[in-house]
Amino acid sequence: MTSYDCIVIGGGHNGLVAGTVLAKSGRKVLVLEAAGEIGGAARTEEFFPGFRVSSVAHVLNRLHPEVVKALDLERHGLALEGAGMSSVVLSPSGNPLVLRGAYGESLVGASASEAVAWRALRAQLFRYAGILKPFLARRPPDLAGMSLSETSALAMAGLSLKRLGKEDMRDFLRMLLMNVADVVDEQLEDDRLKGLLAFDAVLGAHLGPRSPTSLLGLYYRLAGEVAGVDGAQMLPKGGMGAIVAAIASSAAKAGVSVRSQAAVNKILVEKGRAIGVVLENAEEIRARTIVSAINPSTTFDLVGARELDTGFVRKVRNIRMLGDAAKLHLALDRPPQFLGVSGEDHRGRLVFAPSADHVERAFNPCKYGEFSPEPVMEITLPSLADPSLAPDGACVLSAVVQYAPYTLKEGWESGKPKFFKAIMAALEAVAPGIGATVRHAELLTPPDIEQRFRMPGGHWHHGELQADQMLVSRPVSDAAGYDTPLENLFLAGAGSHPGGGVSGVPGLNAARRIIAIKG
Amino acid sequence: MAITASKIKSLSLQPRFAAQDHFRMLRLPSPFQPRIDALARTEDWYTWAGYKAPLSLWDEELEYFAIRSQAAVFDISPMVKYHIAGPDAEAFCNRLTLRDVTRLKPGRVHYTAWCDDAGHVLDDGTLFRLSPDRFRLCCQERHLPWLLDSAIGFNVSVEEETEAVAGLALQGPTSFAVLRDAGFKDIEKLKVFDIAEFPHEGGSVTISRTGFTGDLGYELFVPVGLALSLWDRLFEAGRLHGIRAIGYTALNRARIEAGLIVANADFVTAEHAIRTDRLRLPDEIGLGFMVDAEKGYFNGRRAILAARANRSMKHVLVGLEIEGNIPAEHAIVYHRQKKEIGLVSAAIWSPTGKRNIAIASLSRPYGDTVVDDLWVEIYAMRELKYERLMKRAKVVPRPFIKLERRTANPPADF
Repeated sequence: MTSYDCIVIGGGHNGLVAGTVLAKSGRKVLVLEAAGEIGGAARTEEFFPGFRVSSVAHVLNRLHPEVVKALDLERHGLALEGAGMSSVVLSPSGNPLVLRGAYGESLVGASASEAVAWRALRAQLFRYAGILKPFLARRPPDLAGMSLSETSALAMAGLSLKRLGKEDMRDFLRMLLMNVADVVDEQLEDDRLKGLLAFDAVLGAHLGPRSPTSLLGLYYRLAGEVAGVDGAQMLPKGGMGAIVAAIASSAAKAGVSVRSQAAVNKILVEKGRAIGVVLENAEEIRARTIVSAINPSTTFDLVGARELDTGFVRKVRNIRMLGDAAKLHLALDRPPQFLGVSGEDHRGRLVFAPSADHVERAFNPCKYGEFSPEPVMEITLPSLADPSLAPDGACVLSAVVQYAPYTLKEGWESGKPKFFKAIMAALEAVAPGIGATVRHAELLTPPDIEQRFRMPGGHWHHGELQADQMLVSRPVSDAAGYDTPLENLFLAGAGSHPGGGVSGVPGLNAARRIIAIKG
Repeated sequence: MAITASKIKSLSLQPRFAAQDHFRMLRLPSPFQPRIDALARTEDWYTWAGYKAPLSLWDEELEYFAIRSQAAVFDISPMVKYHIAGPDAEAFCNRLTLRDVTRLKPGRVHYTAWCDDAGHVLDDGTLFRLSPDRFRLCCQERHLPWLLDSAIGFNVSVEEETEAVAGLALQGPTSFAVLRDAGFKDIEKLKVFDIAEFPHEGGSVTISRTGFTGDLGYELFVPVGLALSLWDRLFEAGRLHGIRAIGYTALNRARIEAGLIVANADFVTAEHAIRTDRLRLPDEIGLGFMVDAEKGYFNGRRAILAARANRSMKHVLVGLEIEGNIPAEHAIVYHRQKKEIGLVSAAIWSPTGKRNIAIASLSRPYGDTVVDDLWVEIYAMRELKYERLMKRAKVVPRPFIKLERRTANPPADF
């Protein structure tokens, strides 16, 4: 029997990144994936014969350059093309607003004064996101015993804050915990632009634009980059699975063994030390280092409360991770025509969020266990740029739809058809006739996402990404910074700092932490 | 592998509401209140965990001597009690508390303590193993939320039973004779820390050979409905054995002599401490002997073992013998009469030991490796003037008195 130095639980992109970096440090690494296929929420799957789609994550906007470099992804088939993808704010009256270049370098369809105001706000948001960006790349600081390098990194952040100048620094601090709606109301006029910013800030969060701290979500988004361009976005050719394929190729090159259909049932612990795992088929595999790139709460379920302190178990239970985002996949007879959107712009990210108020109103019912009767959504038509995803002439539509509360009061069995109807009505308003071209529809509610992708709560960040669950509190204190109360057990998934999205940062940081501790 | 968020949030709030009514009456009457009221000549009451409880009933001194030379009855109904039951009850208690519960046999009791994640003591108490899968945990403070959260992942039920179960401590040299004459058959078979059930009025009474006095003694638990009849049964049988009801002042003297500590008197429990330097690891309050590093994981294990490895314990709890006969209650302890090194938390002139004794918390290394040249500063109020006395103190082992009758088998008949 082969013995391994490291076992990585979970073959999502973070698990694969962590495994690869560890393998490159000379360790023998085994990645265990519960599903039949690696990739986690970043797979490309056939949802209807001939139609393939990125299963949960569909827009690439934060794959970290250090991950690309550490795994040499460009030599493993990663193609960061099309990073100039536009964003289009759809309009039922046929007046869409188009943001071209990296997060709206230029605006098409806005007034001249709005364009000026946007240029100023955009620059300001990028400046402030730039302050936070190093924090979102590094391991969170260790409050108990900060190392010299951590202290100096913090000092650098302080310095960059100081470099902003007095006025800007004051504004940075003023805005840090503001809600996005107040910020856009201060500086912008155009409802469409405000709607887009509001939507992007709360995408994937249990927040409305007027919820305190909602601006942080926008900073998180803007701190991402693609191919060296801040705020850029793209649809990977071949779907998100292509990114995972490049990572998997790098992993294979580094000598990582990957086993699918190998669900872990238990993390073995002896005297406070993780020593191995037991698979669903009762097979036992031991290793000196266990890296969990799955949900943190699931991870500690696998450990079992008996090996943990009560206070810690309490904290893990209190992680908020009930998702509000649904995923819609449509197999269409032909590409839809969105009102007023040019042919080329259909390849962009099409956002239905007519105003910040509309987004807020969509959020309201979700607080009380009801779905949005007028949902907001982010739509992509990936088969336009990549015809391999759909049969000839047909089209794939992939959309993230909010808000769909995990615990729907009436239950999703009866609620799902109603929610689907509401989504289709909203689509029909901006793309008349689209309903008649639907050959097949797949709607994944948070409980569906939970079940299919083993993401408790169906939350793609594996834990709300809000101020109280960030940095030293992500996923909880005592397990922030990738190590856990158990010796030899580490976390490496989106539930850890900095959070979700296809970035690879949690996986990379976790691996670096392990190498730093263990050499 | 079931992973659902509904499971994460499924813990019902219902059991948490069960014991939340205790504040509605500022001083609850004990189940024995009618009998105690009838004996209360001094009307000297205090509040114990929300209950009305006597400090003294007729005479502090004589109540103390009832413990040491007769049979003293002390109402322990206000003691906080939890019933822990289920297939995982042993594993639950083992993870909760410091000592190895797998070695606690059914029908036995042990004195134990439990800690939070940081290893700070939440409380100490007695764990009764009533049967293989049923336990009773008795303690000073309320812990229901902590116990319920500790039950996550265990097939176990935890119920607050403080108000449902009445308790009496029967302590003193004639306590065995009282129980025998009250008709508790085979009571002589109980060894120290044994528990047994005895029939009483169609129900049953749980009797353990335990106590808080360092003397021969028993503790009796019954459902509240049987409380008064149990009292009457004891007092009827005890008439010729000098049975007396007593208050806390007398009991407190006996427990100091026995060297036993009281939560939130001799140390501050972790959930009550406001100041971070008041938190205590078991080793800092003399409970280090309980910590079983060889058993499975228990709350606080990582932190306690790390503190031991780093030698970061800051405090130590010691027994002191002080020259003279003036009790040094709450006196400051000095090294070389100059450097302040700690505080006396409990002190008496020991009538049985004929020594001036105290329990004190000191800052290490004092009391640990440095034990010479220790002093206490006693302020004795003498006719509206403080007499300041600087008295020499010596670290001595606890208990301060050891009575052979406490453990004698069979217990002696007096």
